[in-house]
Amino acid sequence: MAWREDWRRVRAIAWKDLTTERRSKAGFNSVASLGVTILVLFGFALGPDAEALRAAAAGALWLSVLFAGVLAFNRSYQVELESHALEPLLLYPGARWTIYAGKLLANALFVGLMLVIVVVAGIALFQVAIPAQWPALLGVLALGAFGLVVLGTFYAAMASRSRAREVLLPLLLFPMLVPVLLAAMSASKAFLAGDPMHEAGAWVRLLLAYDLIFLLSTLLAFEHVIEA
Amino acid sequence: MAHAHRELAIAARGVARRFGARWVLRGVTLDVHAGEVVGLLGANGCGKTTLLRIVATLLKPSAGEVRVFGHEVVRNADAVRSEIGFLAHAPGLYDDLTARENLRFAAEMLGLGHCDLDGALARVGLSHVAHERVRGFSAGMQRRLAVARLMLRRPGLLLLDEPYSNLDADGIALMNAVLRDQRQWGGSALVVLHELAPATGVLDRTVRIEGGRAGLMTTHAPTSHRRPGAPHLEVV
Amino acid sequence: MTTLVHPLVVPRPRGWSWFGGFAFAFLIVSQVTGILTSPPDRDMGDLQKIMYVHVPAAWITFLCFFVVLLFSLRSLWRGRERDDLLAASAAEVGATFNGLTLMLGMIWGRPTWGVWWAWDARLTSTLVLFLIFVGYLALRAFVEDPQRRAQWSAAVGVMGAINVPIVYMSVRWWRTLHQVQSSPSTIDPHYVLGLRMNAFAFLFVMIYFIHRRYEAAQVARAAEQAAEAAALGGM
Repeated sequence: MAWREDWRRVRAIAWKDLTTERRSKAGFNSVASLGVTILVLFGFALGPDAEALRAAAAGALWLSVLFAGVLAFNRSYQVELESHALEPLLLYPGARWTIYAGKLLANALFVGLMLVIVVVAGIALFQVAIPAQWPALLGVLALGAFGLVVLGTFYAAMASRSRAREVLLPLLLFPMLVPVLLAAMSASKAFLAGDPMHEAGAWVRLLLAYDLIFLLSTLLAFEHVIEA
Repeated sequence: MAHAHRELAIAARGVARRFGARWVLRGVTLDVHAGEVVGLLGANGCGKTTLLRIVATLLKPSAGEVRVFGHEVVRNADAVRSEIGFLAHAPGLYDDLTARENLRFAAEMLGLGHCDLDGALARVGLSHVAHERVRGFSAGMQRRLAVARLMLRRPGLLLLDEPYSNLDADGIALMNAVLRDQRQWGGSALVVLHELAPATGVLDRTVRIEGGRAGLMTTHAPTSHRRPGAPHLEVV
Repeated sequence: MTTLVHPLVVPRPRGWSWFGGFAFAFLIVSQVTGILTSPPDRDMGDLQKIMYVHVPAAWITFLCFFVVLLFSLRSLWRGRERDDLLAASAAEVGATFNGLTLMLGMIWGRPTWGVWWAWDARLTSTLVLFLIFVGYLALRAFVEDPQRRAQWSAAVGVMGAINVPIVYMSVRWWRTLHQVQSSPSTIDPHYVLGLRMNAFAFLFVMIYFIHRRYEAAQVARAAEQAAEAAALGGM
């Protein structure tokens, strides 16, 4: 019974986040455009030689998603902070982790959609050939994006409410994301090249472990962070 | 059905709170009984809102203890939250959701299932804007919507922070009706007020919080009929 | 009932000053022992002697992270201020030793690899760890409310500590340049004595540093709380 109520709260919060985001119009479009813009800048930095671009495609993609995604994470708390709606939210009786899970869900969809757009742009800009193992590559994209979203949503709960939030979130988040980025970039790179040395499997397992470990720990730690 | 409660709605003992180096509350002792509507008065910055927020579990006291219907606000915050309704000065509504959607979100979060949202909107006179986004609402309309959200269920204790500000005559009448209704039902309310005027006739007692160096809390004689046997507030 | 004030009693036993003196003396002895008793390495020559600072400093970095983890968890569980202050002290000391490890690693690397930075696995992981420490300290600097600061840094400290092994694993898979981990059993027995002595010396110095930093934090808190007690007029 309690699970049903919890799930209801999670769903309500995810719906609320996504609806307010969709209706405000400004958010998603600008973040997605920013992702593509960053990708273009990477193209300038690394290209125009086709070989160099193809070799750097995976790295450029993930960094573009990361830099644009950081804006999304702070935004997910901004609605509450601007309208002073965080207090009413905290006053509803019930488990705190449901607030986190709801925001996580909304952010995952947001960043996932942005990822799709950036990937499509990347395929064109970086002259990437779609590999035979593209389903596996999709899996890597999903797991990697989820890793970014988990820690991003968690740290944004703190950064968005402190001074210098624009610098504090990346400062806290980026070093923590090194394993996810390394794994996602390496696995993506391997799959794009056809994974001749079968190394992608190890990276995928690391991604899975990382996602699970941090999903669990952030769910447990969230109530300490949001109440304070 | 009257809400009968043997416990005190609020039992505050020696509540103190500091922000950084500044002490805002320096030892407040206060009782609010079931069925009482108590007003909190004082100058700006005297700590009346701080006290309200401590009772509402939004702030932890730096010292002292507060119990709401017997539940301690720090250790049993969730139990306290299920018994209170808090109306902040800022409405805390989602601008990009409609009035009805805001209520529906609150109902879902409260676990209220199929709630009569339209009825709630009608009671505060907002039926005509049920499907409009809150972004276009006036301050008074937002306050009414916040009241509707507050009354989706019947909290035993209402905590209202300057509820009369930005309200027109109709809004004031609505607020007073809410408080009268609450008292009649047997519930309690603690209302932070900027001035006594709009709430005359609704309050059972007022308490004045004096800020400043000494931080003393003085009492007023009750502004309306005092219930026999109700204890006086203490000077600290 | 929440007790009003815990006036933090800040004991200053003379014992700690003696311990500090001993720690530094032992450090000097260990360094001298290491330098004098170890013959030049076959490949590195006298450059090997940097190991007596670089390796213990790296170990102490890890130990400090572990202390941060421990006291962050305790802080979240018990909510006592001293756990938060201890975790913060350990983080500062850890960041310092981390910086030392990095600098010495670069100094060792320049003649060995010909470059200041070769992205080798261990040094790169240590750099990432350093950035995690920096994030933790930045968070503390940006949050003023002590309760909020304690809760948030405890959460960040725990997350950071959990990530330490994962960072190491991922960077190592990414690169395999660094030599095999030199623990006393795998390296030349000539170096073992110096390494072991220095390991303990650094441990003592770490304990002393953390204690002194913690003491300073306690003094600051005690001063704050004395002011509170005065303002409240002895409730």
